[in-house]
Amino acid sequence: MAESKLWRELGLTDREFELIVEQMGRKPNDVELNMYSVMWSEHCCYKHSLSSLKLFPTAGERVIQGPGENAGVVDIGDGWCAVFKIESHNHPSAVEPYQGAATGIGGILRDIFTMGAQPVAFLNSLRFGDLTSVRNRYLFDGVVAGIGGYGNCVGIPTVGGEIYFEPCYGGNPLVNAMCVGIMPIDRLVLGKAGGVGNLVVLAGARTGRDGIHGVTFASEELSGQSEEKRPAVQVGDPFLGKLLMDATLEVIEKKLVSGVQDLGGAGLTCALTETASRAGTGVVVDLDQVPLREEGMHSFEILTSESQERMLLIVEPGKLKAVEEVFKRWELQLAVLGEVTDSKMVVARHHGVTVAEVPAASVSGGSPVYNPESREPEYYRRLADFDPLILPAPGDYRKVLLKLLAAPDIASKEWVWRRYDYMVRTCTVQGPGGDAAVIRLRKTGKALAVSTDGNGRYTYLDPYRGGMMAVAEATRNVSCTGAEPIGITDCLNFGNPEKPEIYWQFRQAVEGMAEACRALEVPVVGGNVSFYNEVEGEAVYPTPVVGAVGLLKDLHKHCGISLRRKGDLLLLLGPEVLSLGGSQYLKTCCGKVAGGLPEIDLETEKNVQLLLRRLIDEELISSAHDLSDGGLAVALAESCISGSIGAEVKLKEKSNLLLDLFGEGPSRVLISLDEKNMERVRKLAGDFKIAVCEIGTAAGDTLIISCGGDIIIEVKVSAMSAAYKEVFSCIME
Amino acid sequence: MKFGVIVFPGSNCDLDAYYLIRDILREPVEYIHYNEESIKQCDVIILPGGFTYGDYLRSGAIARFSPIMSAVTDFAGRGGAILGICNGFQVLTESGLLPGALYRNNHLQFRCEQVFVRVENNSLPFTRSASLGKVLEMPVAHGDGSYYAPPELLYVMEKNNQIVFRYTDADGNVTPAANPNGSIENIAGVCNSRGNVIGMMPHPERAGEKLLGSRHGLIIFKSIISYFQNREVV
Repeated sequence: MAESKLWRELGLTDREFELIVEQMGRKPNDVELNMYSVMWSEHCCYKHSLSSLKLFPTAGERVIQGPGENAGVVDIGDGWCAVFKIESHNHPSAVEPYQGAATGIGGILRDIFTMGAQPVAFLNSLRFGDLTSVRNRYLFDGVVAGIGGYGNCVGIPTVGGEIYFEPCYGGNPLVNAMCVGIMPIDRLVLGKAGGVGNLVVLAGARTGRDGIHGVTFASEELSGQSEEKRPAVQVGDPFLGKLLMDATLEVIEKKLVSGVQDLGGAGLTCALTETASRAGTGVVVDLDQVPLREEGMHSFEILTSESQERMLLIVEPGKLKAVEEVFKRWELQLAVLGEVTDSKMVVARHHGVTVAEVPAASVSGGSPVYNPESREPEYYRRLADFDPLILPAPGDYRKVLLKLLAAPDIASKEWVWRRYDYMVRTCTVQGPGGDAAVIRLRKTGKALAVSTDGNGRYTYLDPYRGGMMAVAEATRNVSCTGAEPIGITDCLNFGNPEKPEIYWQFRQAVEGMAEACRALEVPVVGGNVSFYNEVEGEAVYPTPVVGAVGLLKDLHKHCGISLRRKGDLLLLLGPEVLSLGGSQYLKTCCGKVAGGLPEIDLETEKNVQLLLRRLIDEELISSAHDLSDGGLAVALAESCISGSIGAEVKLKEKSNLLLDLFGEGPSRVLISLDEKNMERVRKLAGDFKIAVCEIGTAAGDTLIISCGGDIIIEVKVSAMSAAYKEVFSCIME
Repeated sequence: MKFGVIVFPGSNCDLDAYYLIRDILREPVEYIHYNEESIKQCDVIILPGGFTYGDYLRSGAIARFSPIMSAVTDFAGRGGAILGICNGFQVLTESGLLPGALYRNNHLQFRCEQVFVRVENNSLPFTRSASLGKVLEMPVAHGDGSYYAPPELLYVMEKNNQIVFRYTDADGNVTPAANPNGSIENIAGVCNSRGNVIGMMPHPERAGEKLLGSRHGLIIFKSIISYFQNREVV
């Protein structure tokens, strides 16, 4: 069959096939070729992204484990560390939204507990097409149900996330899931098959024919035929996932295993070759020992199946019995597949014969690294040159505000998050609906703040600046709670990187993100690249999503977005660099995605965040809310709605009302405070060289915005709340 | 006195109950594994929330066959104090220790939110410290919480004072809008005829700290603690 160029059907190029032959020293058989093809798929080997990912700063004082393992690990003091990662499950969700999303949650969960960490929170970042389409509503509803279905059942709270709707995501929704865990630092285990003679053990679910070549499916564009790829989508079993999590954590805690790796993309092939390659060892396994769901499975199917809820454990022979006892307590099966060798080869036997014998390092790390061609897309300068200020100003700003509050991108996502258990484990101090969620760390009096952010429109219009803004916003959101950002994980969702225009977007975005990470001194400790997000040749917006994790030293000082007291002063921190380019106003009220993005000064961004954390630490402010989509007017409305308090705001005279109210710009935060703290706040802002503008007071039950004595907007908080909160139940029910 | 928290495969609110009892109430508490056959001299048994056996059949329908459930049933028969929360409530109705059944929420969605419940019977070991009609704020988080009992059974339950909590608005009014799941007559919690076994869909163990939004759930636990303190004095 190899003669009929099977490698091409499996998604490998002729050159890649030659490279395999070169590395193996012979032609691979069909089983071996299947193993190579899944591991050399873009999803597994990052061949088009690796050269760019090297730009990210990955080191830092707190970093214990950077990219390359199942998840990143960051020191949070007291002998504990945070373990986190974000990953995409876009293509499966495009054809089977419930299971696609559910298994995305299951997969990211395993990445965290594989390291030995107790998962404590889920977040997600979702993109769909316009909800006027029945198909998009089906995808949206199915994905939300799938996230809840898995996360609620395993008992880990889903505490935050973000959702945007753009026509470009219609056929190719984005489903990015993040999980955060914690553990004592000395518990960390890596995915290494160390110790010659140690047993290679498979735990959890039986292996079936689901998810065969799922990673290959994830590494190609979607088309009208993608529905036929449903068999490439796995099926999740959260109940089994929960038992597997508890049992795995217990054997790690009791130090009964020397290596752990979950089975995700590329199944057993990935787990065996990666663990052996990381340890510089080999393994020999007998596929007859793999518990199967159905008879007659071919060797390559067993080796590449992506059946969910399976773990690979490396166990010293003397500890096998103790491991078995732990798993038996939860009625879980173990199968000893083979053992660790010093051959550096992964050898698989089936029905008494050797069916595959491949060099571990070649399969898991020998793929070529490409430096794809890059070309600035034609649209870029054309859209950047568009000046939004030539559009006629709206007559009624109140209507604009209400329209923006009811825009699905901005409107309250409560309809979504009330379907997630966001409080199980009783550590959720601040749940969904704010700038970042706050999860307490029991006993230490500290907390983690977590947020996911990304703005596809921004990155489309200016990938470099958009990339910087994504990092800036995610870390700013964490700082708005009072926490110090200590690490990020990123999920880079792009089109087909073999197209020069797409690769240009990718490279620019990564360069922007990397620069922001360096300036804000926050390392990237892990993440995921998802290419080929295209349908019939049309790519989604370039969408980097950033998951930021911050450490709050005193959890009782956490800050939220709600106005808390009538009479509090309202202040705007940060520069007055505003633009309507790429803004939510332009999209929602003018139907345009165009214009230049506002400039971002990373030094200012850093100082604004430092200032915020200082203000919160000194307990000087009552609330803090990052200005993002919809600008000042929407931020004011959200803080009013959340606190059920009105506000009286005076804009300075001669302002450009449209720009001041709805223009968007980075490094800006709305805070409220008791008047008596005003002097100290001004002093600190001066120290950090951050502009402060007093804009009004929290008062009454109405938001009143005036300029030079004229009332521009006057709207009851209850009216804003109704517009903001009922959007999704109206659309979806 | 000692609390025991049963851990079924798929329980996931076991640790929340455990931490509340140990760290907030500072009372003795231990986990009891579903495969054990005794409740280990515990005075109060809690069946926690979660998704026992994935709730792939009816919620709670498989957990009731766990070995520990014979001991729990015996304990109930001897008048032992048992509290089923959320999935624990479902296990208790499935095992016949409580009347009625819990259906899929009427809107067919999982629902996690703060609700208000009114105390309808404060003569029970688990509610004796609450005043009658007291409105408690605590969260719900479930997909199958729509309580149902046929009219003739409801009539008997009403007569026996077996309705323990009803969903209300913040002011204690029973309204359709205050009902998060379509439960018949806004019922949020019930007890057996003897009053020693109660089940409720809201989560009192999640409402034990101001930091998490409400401390109203403590009254359930404080009631049972005071019940034992008074009994020990006697």
